[in-house]
Amino acid sequence: MSEQVLSEGRLPVGSVGKRASGWWGMLCLIATEAALFGYLLFSYYYLALQGGGVSFPPAELPKFALSGPNTAILIASSVAVWWGERGVKSGNRARLVIGLLIGLVLGAVFIGIQFLEWSNKNFTLSSTAYGSLYFTITGFHMAHVAAGLVGLALMAIWGGLGYFDDVRHAPISIGAVYWHFVDVVWLTVFFTLYVTPYFW
Amino acid sequence: MSAVEYERAPVIADGGFETPAAERLEKIWETAPGIRGWLSTVDHKKIGIRYIVTAFVFLVIGGIEALVMRVQLASPNNTLLTPEAYNELFSTHGMTMIFLYASPILSGFSNYLFPLVLGSRDMAFPRVNALSYWIYLAAGIFLYSSFALGHGPNDGWFNYPPYASREYNPGPNIDYYSLGMILLGISTTVGAANFVVTLIRARCPGMSINRLPILVWGTVTVSVANLIAVPCVSLAFFLLWLDRNYGTHFFTESGGQPLLWQHLFWIFAHPWVYVIVLPAMGMVSDGLPVFCRRPLVGYTPVVLGTITTMVLGFGVWMHHMFAVGVPFVSTSFFSAASFVITIPSAVAVFAWVATIWTGRPVFTSAFLYFASFIAMFVIGGVSGVMTASVAADLQLTDTYFVVAHLHYVLIGINVFAVLGALHFWFPKMTGRLMDERLGRWAFWIIFIGFNLAFLPMHLTGLFGMPRRIYTYPEGFGWGALNMVTSVGSFLFAIGVLLYLVNVFRSLRSGARAGSDPWGAPTLEWATTSPPPPYNFPVIPKVASRHPLWEKQLGEGIGESSVRRGLLLDHGREIPGTSGLDGDPDVILKMPGDTYVPFLLAVALAAGFVGLLLQLWWLIGLSVIGCTAAVIAWLWPRAALGQRADRDRARARGTVA
Repeated sequence: MSEQVLSEGRLPVGSVGKRASGWWGMLCLIATEAALFGYLLFSYYYLALQGGGVSFPPAELPKFALSGPNTAILIASSVAVWWGERGVKSGNRARLVIGLLIGLVLGAVFIGIQFLEWSNKNFTLSSTAYGSLYFTITGFHMAHVAAGLVGLALMAIWGGLGYFDDVRHAPISIGAVYWHFVDVVWLTVFFTLYVTPYFW
Repeated sequence: MSAVEYERAPVIADGGFETPAAERLEKIWETAPGIRGWLSTVDHKKIGIRYIVTAFVFLVIGGIEALVMRVQLASPNNTLLTPEAYNELFSTHGMTMIFLYASPILSGFSNYLFPLVLGSRDMAFPRVNALSYWIYLAAGIFLYSSFALGHGPNDGWFNYPPYASREYNPGPNIDYYSLGMILLGISTTVGAANFVVTLIRARCPGMSINRLPILVWGTVTVSVANLIAVPCVSLAFFLLWLDRNYGTHFFTESGGQPLLWQHLFWIFAHPWVYVIVLPAMGMVSDGLPVFCRRPLVGYTPVVLGTITTMVLGFGVWMHHMFAVGVPFVSTSFFSAASFVITIPSAVAVFAWVATIWTGRPVFTSAFLYFASFIAMFVIGGVSGVMTASVAADLQLTDTYFVVAHLHYVLIGINVFAVLGALHFWFPKMTGRLMDERLGRWAFWIIFIGFNLAFLPMHLTGLFGMPRRIYTYPEGFGWGALNMVTSVGSFLFAIGVLLYLVNVFRSLRSGARAGSDPWGAPTLEWATTSPPPPYNFPVIPKVASRHPLWEKQLGEGIGESSVRRGLLLDHGREIPGTSGLDGDPDVILKMPGDTYVPFLLAVALAAGFVGLLLQLWWLIGLSVIGCTAAVIAWLWPRAALGQRADRDRARARGTVA
């Protein structure tokens, strides 16, 4: 059998950056999850306008005392993860792990404050449509944060085990973009649940 | 070679099925025999055939349900079925055909064919492929266990509240349906992502997007749509389940709205109509020209028409709700959009007719199905346009006219295409041809039976018979028409039975097919029938849309190279290709067979059983099981080129 080398030259092998299938798979996941939250918010606006008989929100306007700082915390966690990812791209493993761990801690704090915020509400999941929507939407988001935390923890462990370097770090890029997505979703949720009630 | 390979100049070689290299590839790609291989395989061909077989089983079950209903409706005042049993039967029939047959069967063909027509060795995510099948199977069993226990869905496939709410429907029926649909949605979604990424990244060199078979366009178009549409119905069912079990108010009083359900459902379900026909149209666009001995007329308009139809398909959902009382401006908009969508969806019809007209048709069984498919499409399309008119729709909605319309669409544009496609690709899948004589008998019985059943049904509807009534009194003039429909449906069933007899007989004793029995143009016919586990001994490089017809057509620049190409034999490997041009830009390492997808599907299904029975320990176990399976799945592995080489890192001084 005659053999020859491809004239185009050498090709990378395995998972490399945006050439990894996983990267594109993650973009698909993000697309479908974005749609999911789109439909959740659609349901909110639809019932706010068409529900009838129930005020949105029920008693008083939503407060920023907890939700404002919490939003900042989540954005900060995204920055930390981004910083860590930049680290591994230049081959700095320690910076990767530190960035991921900071992101992990901030994400966990976000969830804690969310639970506090939940306990302060004077309505429940089953009191009115508003309560159902509020807890379902924030609950869906919190579940995504929780999944993201598991992901960050895994990435930190893998980083600590020395699985990644400046070329091989596709799982970090893939996990990080999911985390950024979860944060962007929070901004839309925050805007819908906390900001828009001031305008109608 | 270092422990972890970072780059390589891939070897180009001459391919053959009897060479030492092919033997090596066989070892690398083959599935273990027995139950081990059965549960762990990620071979897209095996998974594709499983999909097809499973979907066919559901088709037969759904068909039997239909026959029972047709016996009940054959004459007035029949008492074979109680109203409750009838409700469950028609709901389960709809659920089965629309969700468990129509889409999975097309996924089956696409799973089988994608890597073959794209000149590769597997889908982008082989394990996701297995997962998608196992979840589909689990969801099917889940949904059918409800029917078997006498708790099948009973509010129609579109399941409107308030009748679907706890107050009016206290049994577990709707909970089963809701959770089952969410589970099935996961299968559809991961499958869709796999098709999309396979198109973007896993083709052979030279397979630029203007050279893709139309089947690939159809399937990827609907897969993108699935990514966007499926979460809508999953969410709707989840919210309904919350309403029913935790007293939320999405669709009930205290601020909720039953109409919200209708919006969420149809935002999903109208695109879904295109999801279950566009890939079938793609199969016809690829299969029909082979029997006309010429390329498809109007490749580019057909592709653009496919995509445009899908995009517009997201803007017509409210035409299912004209009679509900939505504002005039909404009905006007959605009526207009529903008229407009006929233009792109009719493009393909003209292309097919022109292909037959200017070709030299060979009247095989497959051709008969494909050609009659066009006629059914026109009938179903025209009756659909009629309901796009608000004035007509108010008269037609919820009558048997709509039932007739949707059966022309679903049977005409899905089942006929599938039966033809199976005739066409059966030799590739099994190595044997289906019998033509028996095939033609089956075709004509199916064709006559189907039209006898459903053409008069338009009249039944125009005469005012509402759908979903378990019986009807004498004297309305519906009796004779219903009898004709019932006779037709049994004739149809006999035809399907003959078709199945043909399948089983041909499996054992059909004529040997050879690699290319039809003289077809695309890459799947360049390998043996059935193909080896590695599909192609070398990765082909294509230079035109019809690599196997180049000599006759003289199209394209240069010549496709099917017998000589990338060898890629360092473990399971395929080339990763750039999005538009199909230039190789990476060598992708592919995972081998594994139990993880099966275990993940089992854990997930157990969680849904837990949710249904509110068994918190089972839900907890399921969460743990799913998490463990996902971690095992994603753990970076050197063999897949996911880990860094420690020596390299040390040499570069980036690690202490």
